[in-house]
Amino acid sequence: MDFSLTDDQRMMQESLSRTLAEASSLDRVRAFAGDPADRGADIWAALVDFGLPGIVIPEEYGGLGLTLLDAALMAEALGRAVAPVPFLGAVLAPLALRLAGSSEQQARWLPKLASGEVTAAVAISEAVAGARDGAGVTASGGKLTGKALFVPGGLGADLLIVADTGGAMYLVDGRASGLGREIMTGIDLTRRMAELTFDGVAAEPLTGGQGVLARLRDAGWVLLAADTLGACDVMIEKAVAYAKERKQFGRVIGSFQAVKHLCAEMAAELEPCRSLVWYAGYAFDAAPEESALTAAHAKAHLSEVSRFIARTSTEVHGGMGITDLLGLHFWFKRVGLSRQLLGGPERVRALAAQMQGLTA
Amino acid sequence: MDLRLTPEMEAFREEVRAFLAAHRDRYAPGAGADRPREAAMEWQALLIDNGYAARTIPKAYGGYGAEPDILKSRIIAEEFTAAGAPRGFANQGISMLAPTLLEVGSEEQKTRWIAPTLRGEVVWCQGYSEPGAGSDLANLQTKAVEDGDDFLISGQKIWTSTAAQADMIFCLVRTEPQAPKHDGISYILFPMSTPGIEVRPLKTMTGSAEFNEVFFTDVRVPQSAVVGGRGRGWFVANATLKHERGMLGDPNATEARFAALIDLMKSETVDGQRLIDNPVMADRLMALQARVMTMKFNGLRTITASLTGESPGLAGMVVKLQGCELNHQIAALAIDALGELGVLYEDGPHLRAKGNWQRNYMFDLGLIIGGGTAQIQKNIISERGLGMPREPKLAVA
Repeated sequence: MDFSLTDDQRMMQESLSRTLAEASSLDRVRAFAGDPADRGADIWAALVDFGLPGIVIPEEYGGLGLTLLDAALMAEALGRAVAPVPFLGAVLAPLALRLAGSSEQQARWLPKLASGEVTAAVAISEAVAGARDGAGVTASGGKLTGKALFVPGGLGADLLIVADTGGAMYLVDGRASGLGREIMTGIDLTRRMAELTFDGVAAEPLTGGQGVLARLRDAGWVLLAADTLGACDVMIEKAVAYAKERKQFGRVIGSFQAVKHLCAEMAAELEPCRSLVWYAGYAFDAAPEESALTAAHAKAHLSEVSRFIARTSTEVHGGMGITDLLGLHFWFKRVGLSRQLLGGPERVRALAAQMQGLTA
Repeated sequence: MDLRLTPEMEAFREEVRAFLAAHRDRYAPGAGADRPREAAMEWQALLIDNGYAARTIPKAYGGYGAEPDILKSRIIAEEFTAAGAPRGFANQGISMLAPTLLEVGSEEQKTRWIAPTLRGEVVWCQGYSEPGAGSDLANLQTKAVEDGDDFLISGQKIWTSTAAQADMIFCLVRTEPQAPKHDGISYILFPMSTPGIEVRPLKTMTGSAEFNEVFFTDVRVPQSAVVGGRGRGWFVANATLKHERGMLGDPNATEARFAALIDLMKSETVDGQRLIDNPVMADRLMALQARVMTMKFNGLRTITASLTGESPGLAGMVVKLQGCELNHQIAALAIDALGELGVLYEDGPHLRAKGNWQRNYMFDLGLIIGGGTAQIQKNIISERGLGMPREPKLAVA
């Protein structure tokens, strides 16, 4: 039994963090956040060099052929760096193709996804988290009609994976006629979303159906939880560093128990979460029967812990915590979006009770 | 990450299962803090003979003499839980004194005390806390004054569980009143039957006296009963506290308690509706399940760290704080699920689980406080885990 990361996994995660420190510094993130037209092409190019888009794509298609746990470790590094990168689609779209695509569909798309030549986004929010504002996509005669909200990376994606209201999955070419895209700007300016409208858009069915949607949902939950884990680590590090340096009443505020106990509470809540995220990532490939429940708990629990940490870290920073200059708000908002994407904690916990047969 | 067990470990699991199946008729639970009965002592002896209790304690001192193997220990814990078989004794003598003697005791002390303690023949209590020495344990004032080859011990201890039943006490006393406070303490063993000891039960909010106060008046104890060297008691005791904190955050116990909560919410009804079908209750249950799962995996991670000789760091430091709070929250939800039934406390047709949820809910507060309060744990986490500065010392007048 070995409940730890391999040296390779640790090195790869550190390596990505170094790449991001160069390509996606906080200054670069600020510039991205300030310009809705910025697609972060330079950042994406650095990550393509790294091999990130091919992380879960089999080697025969030019990918790295790694597991969801490896992808989760990458997501953690992206969360640490609040990197403006469409990573959710980069993992979920290849998974959808592998689980439910024909060999022709896989051969057509996987090599281009692995090389970063095309990017993908996944529109499954309504099918997983429920429909808001009358959204939802229906299929008829090979055409999609309706709208899909909250699609991360959906503005620039060349390939879209879309779930209809019955949970069936489709491939849509980003150039298809009748497809409309509107920007959805939220609090998290590192990950702008799209509202997609479908007006009789040509689509190819993926054959998998409900089972595939559930697998994509589970993978998405793990990646969002991992992103949140990384973001929380930074918020704690920043709070501790600030408390060791900021002086009031003639001493550093980190020597006051009122302040350092806040830091201890954050660490005590977060540290065990690391193991939960690792396990949920591991279970997706190695113990599929435990995957849905562990992914659900990872998503919901990290959402709760991150809300506490985001608020507490801000408070430890005092007035500086709420300034734009300090930039802590990028992490605060990052975990705020991840909390709601693919279902807020209450919805996810209701699903967790159902999937164990505890409730109907 | 690879949670598969080797064939050797799977074989060991089968061995444990076979043992438990073959000896089902001999299951006899220990009595917790109380003096064990004969059947329980026989079960304990059988467990030691087979390596399922006192596993890593050397044969010479009455143990089984196996090399420490954290995976095998975990398999034993899992299989005993699954079979509903009573584990070996886990009293303070076994959990705290025996490991301490192994670490720093003299040969004579190890030979004399460990084996009968393991067998349940000698019951111990712990004399640490005093009315003026709780979190600031090093402030303890119980004094041991030299008198020939002996000490005369006078003072008061509090929070002494099992003092009424115990044969012996392992006790912290001040032997060097002139030394700095951490350097003047000795760790000493003596019989509770020694003249000059008075035990008064300390009844708590649960309605039972889980603790006692112990008063010493010129209790005569030979100086040879000191463990680990005169004036070294603070360091000896810290080794022991480490064992206590490990005991207080056991994820297996938390999992068992949570499983009982699920059963409760599936079987209890209000107006014919199961509690589990109340969405608010189900939501609270799932939030706790996430925490139970988190602490379980955190436990596997710290086990792996021990196996590879790495320090588990923060993952280990947070276990007592998080684990005790979680146990308390599980009991709290059970009481809320039971509603009015959850505040019944006397035996009767409506009482559930003998009132254990209610008792645990109250008793757990003691566990959150004991063995290092939540606030002391937060000091440890922030100072040793996060490298934050200590509270400045007050200037000495």
